[in-house]
Amino acid sequence: MNLDKMLYTLKYTPDDESHLKPDNEKCKICKSRNCTYICPAHVYEWDEELNKLIVNYENCLECGACRIACEHHCIDWRYPKGTKGVTFKQG
Amino acid sequence: MLNATNKTDVIVVGAGPAGISCAITLARAGKEVVLIERGMFAGSKNVFGGAVYTQAVKEIFPNFESEAPLERHNVMHNFMILGEEDSTTVSYRKNLNDSYSVIRGKFDRWMAQKAKEAGVILVEQTVVKDLIKNGTKVVGVKTELEEYYADIVVLADGVNSLLAKQAGLRKELETKDVALSVKEVIKLDKATINQRFNIKDDEGVIGEIFGGPMLGTLGLGFMYTNKESVTIGVGVTLDDLVENNYRPFEVLEKLKQHQTIAPLLEGGTLKEYSAHLIPEGGYKKIPKLYDNGVMVTGDAAMLVNNLHWEGTNLAMLSGKYAAETAIAAFEKNDFSRKTLSLYSKKLKKSFILKDLKTYRNLMDIAHQRKFAFMGYYLKKINSFFEMFTKVDGVPKREHYRKFIKSIFTDRKLSELFKDAWSFAKLVWSILV
Repeated sequence: MNLDKMLYTLKYTPDDESHLKPDNEKCKICKSRNCTYICPAHVYEWDEELNKLIVNYENCLECGACRIACEHHCIDWRYPKGTKGVTFKQG
Repeated sequence: MLNATNKTDVIVVGAGPAGISCAITLARAGKEVVLIERGMFAGSKNVFGGAVYTQAVKEIFPNFESEAPLERHNVMHNFMILGEEDSTTVSYRKNLNDSYSVIRGKFDRWMAQKAKEAGVILVEQTVVKDLIKNGTKVVGVKTELEEYYADIVVLADGVNSLLAKQAGLRKELETKDVALSVKEVIKLDKATINQRFNIKDDEGVIGEIFGGPMLGTLGLGFMYTNKESVTIGVGVTLDDLVENNYRPFEVLEKLKQHQTIAPLLEGGTLKEYSAHLIPEGGYKKIPKLYDNGVMVTGDAAMLVNNLHWEGTNLAMLSGKYAAETAIAAFEKNDFSRKTLSLYSKKLKKSFILKDLKTYRNLMDIAHQRKFAFMGYYLKKINSFFEMFTKVDGVPKREHYRKFIKSIFTDRKLSELFKDAWSFAKLVWSILV
């Protein structure tokens, strides 16, 4: 099953601004960009043309893996606002 | 209710098992407690394997077995060792009520409701952004809109516990100290689950899965039966995901397609996908548990016994001990580090820190020897049974000799010695 369909099973209340703010200057020189594969919701994508890390924060499962795994520790990672983000009904 | 200055007796951050247990214990003792939860409702940001454990839940909710929304009581543990294609399963069955599968979205909500009934002021949809300090003492919390003050703040804000870090109780987590877990809850009808797992309506099975797509990594799979769904998930240490360039949901997908697992899930539809970090640092990574005006509980305090799949029980009891400590502090009207050290003493006296101490060397050795213990030997167990069950006209003695020889040719003698030494050291540290 593809990830989009899996994420579709979740209830999201997205905010208008991202709660995940990587420091793109560090992303530019990052060798592994491990956030682009370890994230369970594939929130991060590297855009070669824009030379920029795209953050699909609306899909975030709020696990915190990227925050710890980032080799430059350059993601300003916060919880979404109290009424926003993912809601697990099963958990 | 809160007075004009927003001052209460105790603030508990996070309405999971630890936070709720702490809050309700305090409320029952007549303390005014504000329990702050960032999710839409208690449980809405929580994910676990999972099971809740009767012994611990009963200490907080004596009648939970007749009142709480439970799924199945677990009567069977299946230890499944998966090779690339084959598998060996050891199954233990006994009609026990030691643990129950639950749906956290329902169970945590039920616990929170009970807490409210006991007098806890539950504030949902509210993120605590900062701790408020007066000198070295934590005196309150800052949310998005308000400031709340209290004599004691209990942190039950989960594995990421940004607040424990802010309070200076712990350093930043490292990738080897957490596992990233992804799981799927798959809808299947009751009769199908009962038939496939060989159980009755209220009976459940826990699957503890080694190897398969996690071979050679510190990763394990898990499976739990709910009334009308089956949970399947994997948890892989974050450093292994990083090193191997693994996408966690792809590891899970491979596990679901394994010949041993796939037939159990066939025809099911995905109800919910989720992900969460599991604290895996063990005893050596337990943060400072208390300081002036503050205590830290549950996942936020790394209280997980990963070898035994225990977490919710440690969370609930640590919450209870924090509450009892707070009650003692109110009696003395002293909320200093010295008084709150009782919390640490209670944890040390209980099985919680005793068990974590027993396994203090587990993660170090597991990290060092993961290719052996989580890869090579798992494959060898399967190849032993492959050899033992083979009927191919070759005399058995030849099979045995070939198998024994393979142990010494597949792996360097020096490595075998190191494995045995590590294993002996680990067993010694567990038992002595």
